[in-house]
Formats: sequence, C-alpha cells, structure tokens
Amino acid sequence: MSKAPSTEVIKEPSMLKQKAMIDENFKLLSTANEEGRKVSSTFVPGNLNELLMCFDLARNFPEINALQNGLRKQSGRFIMEAERNGQSEDVCTYVKSDLGMMMQGNVGPTGDPLPDPDVLVLSYTGCFTFMKWFELVREHYDCETVMLHVPYQADGKITDNMRDYVVKQIKEEVIPTLERVSGVKFDIDRLREYLRQSAKAEDDLVWILQSAKNKPSPIDAFFGGVYYIGPIFTAFRGTEAAAEYYRTLRGEIQERLTNGQGPVTPEGDFGEEKFRLVVEGTPNYTNFREFWKMFYDEGAVVVASSYTKVGGVYDFGFRHDPDHPLESLADYCLGCYTNLSLPARIKMLAGYVEDYQADGLLINSVKSCNSFSAGQLLMLREIEKRTGKPGAFIETDLVDPRYFSAANVKNRMESYFQMLQQKSAPRAA
Amino acid sequence: MTVQDIVNRCQALFDDLDFQAVQDWKAAAAGRKAIGYMPIYVPREIIHAAGMLPVGIFGGGDQLEVIHGDAYYQSYICRIPRSTIELGISGRLDCLDGMLFPSICDVIRNLSGMWQLLFEDKYVRYFDVPQNYRDDVGGSFYIHELQQLRDDLAEMAGREISDEDLRQSIAVYNDNRRVIADLYALRAKQPWQVPTSEVYLLLRAGMVLPVEEHSQLIRDYVAAADAEQRPRRDNCRVVVNGVFCEQPPLGLIKSIEMAGCYVVDDDFLLVTRWLLDDVPLEGDPLENLSAAFLHRSAATSAKFEPDKQDKGRFLIDQVRDNGAEGVIFAAPSFCDPALLDRPMLQDALSAVDIPFTAFKYAENTGQLQAIREQAGTFADSIKLWSA
Repeated sequence: MSKAPSTEVIKEPSMLKQKAMIDENFKLLSTANEEGRKVSSTFVPGNLNELLMCFDLARNFPEINALQNGLRKQSGRFIMEAERNGQSEDVCTYVKSDLGMMMQGNVGPTGDPLPDPDVLVLSYTGCFTFMKWFELVREHYDCETVMLHVPYQADGKITDNMRDYVVKQIKEEVIPTLERVSGVKFDIDRLREYLRQSAKAEDDLVWILQSAKNKPSPIDAFFGGVYYIGPIFTAFRGTEAAAEYYRTLRGEIQERLTNGQGPVTPEGDFGEEKFRLVVEGTPNYTNFREFWKMFYDEGAVVVASSYTKVGGVYDFGFRHDPDHPLESLADYCLGCYTNLSLPARIKMLAGYVEDYQADGLLINSVKSCNSFSAGQLLMLREIEKRTGKPGAFIETDLVDPRYFSAANVKNRMESYFQMLQQKSAPRAA
Repeated sequence: MTVQDIVNRCQALFDDLDFQAVQDWKAAAAGRKAIGYMPIYVPREIIHAAGMLPVGIFGGGDQLEVIHGDAYYQSYICRIPRSTIELGISGRLDCLDGMLFPSICDVIRNLSGMWQLLFEDKYVRYFDVPQNYRDDVGGSFYIHELQQLRDDLAEMAGREISDEDLRQSIAVYNDNRRVIADLYALRAKQPWQVPTSEVYLLLRAGMVLPVEEHSQLIRDYVAAADAEQRPRRDNCRVVVNGVFCEQPPLGLIKSIEMAGCYVVDDDFLLVTRWLLDDVPLEGDPLENLSAAFLHRSAATSAKFEPDKQDKGRFLIDQVRDNGAEGVIFAAPSFCDPALLDRPMLQDALSAVDIPFTAFKYAENTGQLQAIREQAGTFADSIKLWSA
C-alpha cells in the first residue's frame, strides 16, 4: 500500500520562480483598478498575450483562476454556488468555478481580490464553451467584449482563408477595440519585440519537452509539464521574465540530464523509471498530487502529453515570428492543440509514442471538456492500432472534486501498470 | 389527402431508420447522390444545386438501440453522437455519399474527425460558419467556405455548379421557407388546428424528401387542416427553446401538448427556418447566402451575440410576436450551448416578466410523466396567475 502524500513538497528553483511569477501577476491584478491600470480577461488557448501587452493591459485568465482554485481545493464550493444560481450540473466546471468565484466576491486563488475587467478578449480557439463563458461573464460587467473567431483545422491544415480571416479580425476588430479601451496607440514594432522574446522562450520550451526523449527522462511532461507551461501559456509569453524562466529551467534540466537523473516529484527524486507513458487529456486539479503519486509510486513517468500543447504547439517548428507579426499570431491561434482535427491529434500522439519510446498511452477523459474528450476512445483505438502499444482510459474532471474517484482511478491505473509489466516481461520458453 | 393520411406518411418517414426514402430517391435515376448533414444549419441550396439530395441526420431517436455507439464515448456526453455513430456503423447511412458537420459545438466538431476516420471512402466536411458578422470580415471568410463546398460537390457531381443552378435552388428553398413560415403562422393563430406533434413530423419529413415534394406536402397539409375542425382547448401558449440539436422523443412533444400547452413557436429543426427571409435571386448567389446568414438568421446558442443588450431579444420577440404566455426550456442533457445559454435567456425573460420552466431530456427519454406534470403545472400556473 502506498503512503499518503507527504505534506512537505519538494520544489525545484524553477518551480519556485514560476510560482513567484504567477503570484506577482495576481498581485498586479489585485491593484490594477486602484492604480488605474486597464485589465483584460482572456483565455489560454489562442491568447494574444503579446498584443495585449502592447496596450499595457493587465491580463487575467479565468481558466488559470479556475485551475488554481482547483489546486487549492476551492473550486468545489464555487461550482456549487454557480449551480445554486442556475447553472446546470451538466456543463463545464471551469465555467462554473469562475462564475461561482465571481458570485462569492471575486477573490482570486491567492486571496487577492480580482479586478473588474475593462475588456473581455474572447479568443475563441478550440472550444465552443469559451463563447458562452464570456457571454456569461459579460452579464456581470459593463465592459467591452471583442471576439476573435478562430476557425477549426478540420482538414489538418491552415488555409489562406483561415489565416486571412483571423488577421482581418485582429486588424479590424481586436486592435481598434484595445486602442479604444486602453487609450494606447498600437505600435507594431513593440509587438515585434515581444514576439522575439516569445520565440526565444519557445525554443527553450521545445528543448525542455523534448528532453523526455532521453532515458531516463529528466522531466515529467504532464504533471511537471503543468508547471513548465505556466508562464508561456499565460500572462508572460513575450516577456523577458518568461525567456529567463525557460533559460533557467533548461539549465536545471540539462544538469539532471548530465547526471542521469529522472524528474523531481513532490516527494523528491523520481527513482527508477519503469514505465514511459504518453498522456492525452487534461490533468485533474482538485487531486493533482494524489493523481501524480499514482504514477510515480509505480515508476511511471509521462514523457509526452497533449495538455502541454493546449496553449500552443511548438514542437513541429512553429514560432511566433517578428517578421510576420499578425500572421504568426493567427497561425499560433489556429495551431493550438484542441483546434486540431482528431486525425491530426492521433497522428501527433502516435508519433509521440514512437519518438519518445513510450510503453503506452493513457487518456484522462474529463467530464468538463468535450473539446478534448469527445472522440478520445476512437483515438485510443487508432493509436493502439498504429503503435502496437496498449492504452488505458480513465474518467475524472478538471476542477470538480465530485468527479474524482481516487479508488476507481487507482484501480484502473494499477491494472494498466500490471498489464504493461506483463507485456514487458520476457516470455517463458 | 386527409390530415391523417399526411401525418401517417410523415410518421412512417420518421420511424424509418434505414432511410428507405433516400435509397428510393437514389435508385430512381442512375448516378444520384445524397449528402447528410447534422444540426443546426447548412446551406442546402448548394447540395440541391449539385443535383444531390440533402438529408438531415438528427440522431437515432428513442427507437434505436445503441450498441456500438456507446463504445466510442465517455460517460458524460449527450446522446446524439452515440446514436449517429450507431447509425453509421450499422450501415444505415450507407446510402449517403457524404456528411456535413456544421459548426455548432465541440461534440459535433469532433464527430467530423471521427467520421473521417471511420468512413474513409465518404466525403466528410466540417462546415465552419463565421462568428464575426461583418460582410468584409466574417462574410469574406464564409463566402470562401461556401465556395469550397460548391467546388467539392461539383467535383463529386462531375459537373460545374453554375450561378444559375444556385439561383434556381435558392428559389426552391425560398419557397420551402415560405410554406413553412405559413405553417408556423397558422399554428400560432390556430394551434388547436395544427398540433406541434404534427408540425414536427412534417418538418422531419423535409429531412429526407426532395425539397419540392416537401413544400407540396406542407401545402397539402395546410389545405387538409383547413378542411377539418378540431376542438379548441383552454391551453396556454408557449414557446419551446433549446431543442435545436439532439431531438426530444416525439412522445415528449405530445406530452407537452397533452399537459395543456399549445406550442406557438420553437427551435426544432432550425435548418428549415434559419434564414428569416427570402434570399435574393439577383446578384452573386454566394454573397446573397452569406448576407442572409450574417444579417437575417435565427438567434441560437451556437451563435455569439455581439451586443449584450440583444441577448434574449430573439426569444422575447418569438414570445411577443406569437402571443405566447411563457417559455419551456427543454435542453438535451450535457448540451453545453443550450444549458449555458439558458440562465442568460431566463434573465432576459425575467426582466420582461415572461414566465418559464425548464427541464432536460435525452433523445431516448422514456419516462415522460415527470415532464408532463411539470409542463401541466406550468400551464396551470399561467392560466391561474398570469391573467
């Protein structure tokens, strides 16, 4: 029987730095209204962070608030508050966690109050629910809303028509709205500079994620990956701070690689790497450590995950490009993971299983997110067929603790690991 | 033909999960092709102009046993994708040469990819529509999408789809929209003469019949309904909202009526009434289809409402224009668009003192007693307290 997670959490310097950056952003948000700083709210996938920085806007990310509240065991009560106020038990719990937090005074996960937004930037990438989410948030505020509709890559490619449509919206809808709200005139050279910083961080992020191709992997690309993507998926992409964070992180991982070490877990060094997995889907945030422990207790490391691509897919060459600023913002939005077709997602994950020498694929299907979850069982079959590696399927939720059944998840995981063990054992003569 | 004759025919078409009517249409001439589409809206004019039969696929209803479909989906999801997969896997959709998956929600969106994988020999297209309603922005994007569909279908048809072909098809669908508008107007005026369970079956017939035949069928129904006098009941008048994708079982519609509600407007099968006016025949046909979509189409949960003040306006107008006394929100379980929209629509109704009630269903909901009681209580409350 495994031990309960210890209370003292081991963190790497980069994790502490990342936490400090995120806390600093919450602080900045909490004082924004009184300091006269204009505030934008926007979503992670397809966010226009560099562009928002051009207008000196503080950036609030409702999904980040929801997941941080999940990690801090606060989301459950917010979800129930939203349900008491008319939201269906069936709908996305990210939305309800956000709405419930607003209904209970809009105090953010760090205990600092969150400001009223001056503009809602609805970059609608890879998820229809975003659209309703911001319509619901808009009900509570008297502020402008600007929509950026990002077409779906149904045929696995970005067409000129898609790119032109997104660029046109940025030029003719988003930028004029942000100029009006902020009072700051758009400066494309400022945008180019931010994009240059983004590309540097993206280079390092790709190196970091691909370090998992080594045996043993020096990182966990799902649970650890959640920390790694924090800055670049949110308010920091395009900043010098993010570029520095990824330089630091790369240095740490290089050191672990040189020393032949595995990832750092909340309970210290990983130990022997027994299983290498690719994970499709989102984490569960309400029981994040408990879930992670089910992996590292069994020596299972995640070597690649789709979740670390939800705020941008960089490992096939895309970088934000200062020479084509608006076009590269468009390509970024169009290329986020959940905006890819199912065949494209399957190809990517099957490629990960091969390239990262994984033993199998685990899918965490979450109740809240059909953008991820609808079709995952077919993905599982296809990837098993293409790679010959076994898959497993579990069901939880992002931030609703009512949908995380630890015993069931653990039971399935243990069965899966036993199967992997049997498959890897030498056959009797 | 009597009303009953027409209703019987529509019921038979509704019950036929093997799409025999589509098979018959294809068999009547060599080389005919049929293109399926899912809710909410596709420009059927383009399919028609290619000489093909547009076929509405609205799930398996409450008579289809879902065996394979469940194996493709997780626990928490609506039912329409399961039963649609079942229809496909079981060969019932073999008569279709292609499928269109309109931009409505993440489930239908991902189903397009599943279809690409499961039915590799079929034409599969995710049909994206703009959420930006400016002609020079969203319109420009949409016209390209329309042109792409036109090119794809022309290739399948082995012939060009000319502007004139498109204009003729637009005219045919304008006629269909007009007869359906007349049917809806008649129902709003004399709902006892035109029960919604019959209107619904008539619209469902339009999902598998050629449009010209469907328009005539509705004309025949209206004439037959005029010729029969049915008892007028002391029912309340309601608008039903939220039923735009996964369909409720027919028994649920009948239950609402039996509970004392005349449905005077709804969002069933919106593809038939998505465009609110005639599409002009002069000028560029794709530009005309685009402008109709951008500026004169129904409001629904799958569309972004750019102006906060207009949220719920379309529904309120439906209530007022049709003399309704309340709204029944009926949404499929796990339908994010409908269920997330509902509180905003309810707030809009409350602000103008329009009463409402709400429940969920699945296409195979079998226990209707609770819904009948809820609808009956709602009708009673309107009759007793709203005067």
